[in-house]
Amino acid sequence: MQTVKMVVTGPFNSGKTEFIKSVSEIDVVSTERKISSEAERVKETTTVAMDFGRITVDDELVLYLFGTPGQKRFDFMWEILSEGMLGFIVMVDSARPETFREARGILQTFRAYAPTPYVVAANKQDMEDSWEIEDLRIALKLDGRVKMLPCVATKRDTVKNVLLELLYSILEEMGEKKK
Amino acid sequence: MALKGNLRDFSVVQIFNLVNLAHKTGTLTLEGPNVAAWVSFREGKLIHAQLGNEDGTLLGVLTKSSKVRPEQSKLIKKHAADKSDKELGLLLINAGYLSQQDILASIQHYVLEVVYRLFSWIDGFFRFDNDVLPPDDHITIRLDLENVIIEGSRRIKEVEALADEIPNLDMALTFVERPGANIRNVHLNTMEWKVVSYINPKNSIRQIARANKMSEVEIRKIVYALLEAGLVEVVRPEGMPLPSQAASFKPVDEKQRATLVNRLIDRIRSL
Repeated sequence: MQTVKMVVTGPFNSGKTEFIKSVSEIDVVSTERKISSEAERVKETTTVAMDFGRITVDDELVLYLFGTPGQKRFDFMWEILSEGMLGFIVMVDSARPETFREARGILQTFRAYAPTPYVVAANKQDMEDSWEIEDLRIALKLDGRVKMLPCVATKRDTVKNVLLELLYSILEEMGEKKK
Repeated sequence: MALKGNLRDFSVVQIFNLVNLAHKTGTLTLEGPNVAAWVSFREGKLIHAQLGNEDGTLLGVLTKSSKVRPEQSKLIKKHAADKSDKELGLLLINAGYLSQQDILASIQHYVLEVVYRLFSWIDGFFRFDNDVLPPDDHITIRLDLENVIIEGSRRIKEVEALADEIPNLDMALTFVERPGANIRNVHLNTMEWKVVSYINPKNSIRQIARANKMSEVEIRKIVYALLEAGLVEVVRPEGMPLPSQAASFKPVDEKQRATLVNRLIDRIRSL
């Protein structure tokens, strides 16, 4: 049995756990806890260690999706999680510009850990205050070549699209694209 | 949809950078602790700025810049109170008091002074309204934002914020491959040119600082200005070893990897 891993990262409350839940065939193994910090009390719980979902391809291949912890004090987990990943997804909450700087920092950190392909998912595009994709690209200082994809983490189709685009990027990097 | 947010999270320099790169047309409203300001742009160029209740009329600007003496200002107010800025400007040019260049230079100076003051605002709200512009009777200018951003960044004093923006001096810099970005068109000072001359994926930011005998704060200020102007980007230095965990990753054979990825694609498509 071969297992491969993709990492879903991004700032606190960007929608990583929801993203994995939307496509995982198992209940996401989550380690959410009540939030203790007032500053981070945007939602009731957050992922404190890591959570993961699973997609079985066939008898010989399984894909695991790992979500990184949302709060800054668990940064030390990132390097461990990035080990051996096929690629990674950076989730950005399109409606919270106060998190864009942090998202950029996380992206740069992961790129430094492992130079694997990645895509950026502009999550919560269904919200009234969400920034448009091209405005987000500039705010995040993303090169035009980086794939920036609209996403609503609770909608499976948009999550599938993000995962597929990451896989296409991996193939493109290998010079063998299948579409 | 209006862009809006908090300056603590998205700085004035970053907003200007966005306006510049997206070639936006419209007016940015900034609400500081005690005063508001309005900055207008046309296709990514700075055209107008107004701070609170300050006298930003042509007469006020010319008086501030000493192109018009206070007694002359009183006389003009008395005889041309009903004139718009454009009409007054024409009147002054036709009467031979001032040249068009004098007027535009004074307005440019005033607009830049307003804008540079705004760069120090770190608290407050912002909103960008697309296609909202100053009334037609205002005299507007047309300034490239790259130089404004660089000068504004020079004035940023918050060292902590700089360290936040550029946390790792062991990374390298490379020039951005973007149409329209040309370092030759940007006005850099001597120190900035010295840094630019060392930009290469082989040199870390720390090495560039050492070569130029600069402190961490000095190099961060310059790198920040270049980053915000969209001229360079941070990259991993060539030859920099990977962290131990990442280095232990054994890549799958290329042929096997492609097959594996294609199987994943088929599976996810079927979900």
